[in-house]
Amino acid sequence: MTDHESPPTGNCCTGQSHVAGKLGMDRRMWSVSAAALLLWVLLYSQLERFADWLSFGVLSLQPRSHLGEAVRFFVYDTPKVLLLLTLVVFIMGVVHTFFTPERTRALLAGRSNFLANVLAASLGIVTPFCSCSAVPLFIGFLTAGVPLGVTFSFLIAAPMINEVALALLFGLFGWQVALAYLLLGLSVAIVAGYVIGKLGLEHWVEPWVYGIGAAPAGASSTPDWPERLQEGWRNVREIVGKVWPYLLAGIAIGAGIHGYVPEQLLAGIMGKEAWWSVPLAVLIGVPMYSNAAGMIPVVQALLGKGAALGTVLAFMMSVIALSLPEMIILRKVLSIRLIAVFAGIVALGILLVGFVFNALF
Amino acid sequence: MTMKVTVYGPGCARCTQTAALIKDVCDGLGIAFTLEKVSDYAEIAKAGVMATPGVAIDGKVVSTGKIPTVAEIRSWLPG
Repeated sequence: MTDHESPPTGNCCTGQSHVAGKLGMDRRMWSVSAAALLLWVLLYSQLERFADWLSFGVLSLQPRSHLGEAVRFFVYDTPKVLLLLTLVVFIMGVVHTFFTPERTRALLAGRSNFLANVLAASLGIVTPFCSCSAVPLFIGFLTAGVPLGVTFSFLIAAPMINEVALALLFGLFGWQVALAYLLLGLSVAIVAGYVIGKLGLEHWVEPWVYGIGAAPAGASSTPDWPERLQEGWRNVREIVGKVWPYLLAGIAIGAGIHGYVPEQLLAGIMGKEAWWSVPLAVLIGVPMYSNAAGMIPVVQALLGKGAALGTVLAFMMSVIALSLPEMIILRKVLSIRLIAVFAGIVALGILLVGFVFNALF
Repeated sequence: MTMKVTVYGPGCARCTQTAALIKDVCDGLGIAFTLEKVSDYAEIAKAGVMATPGVAIDGKVVSTGKIPTVAEIRSWLPG
């Protein structure tokens, strides 16, 4: 890039200054993003030293004491998870610019084999989605010829496999658990959608839905890279800005559990031996609505006290994937029976995940 | 003819913010407009909006799924 970009021919002076302004903004976007990445790497590499220095040095707490371990947990995990969350949310914000709901719908319309469910669930991860627009999206998909089962695969995967959950699982449990959550979540969404498709429940969708002649969405312009980066930053502001208090509260509770609850206290009720703990976890988790940011740190601390991974995963999935408010919203377009089938099949899938995990690990 | 702005959304915080922002920008530029808020899901879907908040100017959808920036709003306005 040079400082003297030649202006496009035939433009007027205002156009020229607009172009120059955009170029300056673009350059700033690149340099700010690169500088932020550098700072991120620097901070992330110093986390352990910072936590030790703060808890055992500055606060001169005793290593291995209750308070010392709780504080160390808090001052290590909080910046670590916040950093990971920021990076993942930024990356997902950029990725979202490649997958608009309109584009995803066009990719899925008219496909109705098992592969369509796989595609729909995968697109559910990368397409921007907010549960407040679940209903217009549902109608938009169905009226454009996306089959019901395929639409469900998308609607199950989109909220369950979100960037906040993945970043927190990665930060607190390690990449293996994050990957397991991702793959198992995908499997539940694919299979549940496929089963709903096979059951042929279209007549349980509120009849007016199919009667709507939804207008095709207007062609949106393709953003350039600086605009994609800008979208990443916007995603960070919006999501990290919203969840950080929950995250802090969750990690604080987790730190308390970590330092003060005796080891193996939970083995009896949440351990592998208690087979009934998985269905119980799902049963409690389904109507519960909590955001991943507040819940995952607490759950992570429980795991250290003898809870089984499968039970814990099943609980998290059911809290995040199924919630009462979401079902109430969906009632506008689905009959109660269809909602019950949807919740039942997803809960069953999550139950299986819990049992399989407890058996394997 | 007065410009007609339509904000599509079920009444979520982001939709309210979008409507307020558009009002601010238009008032600041002294542009006369009517603001219509559509919260009915059927109407939202009919307009082709799959991600809320959606914005239409004189019936044409110009933005979906995000709170628009001030620069974006200016680019939709006449003049």
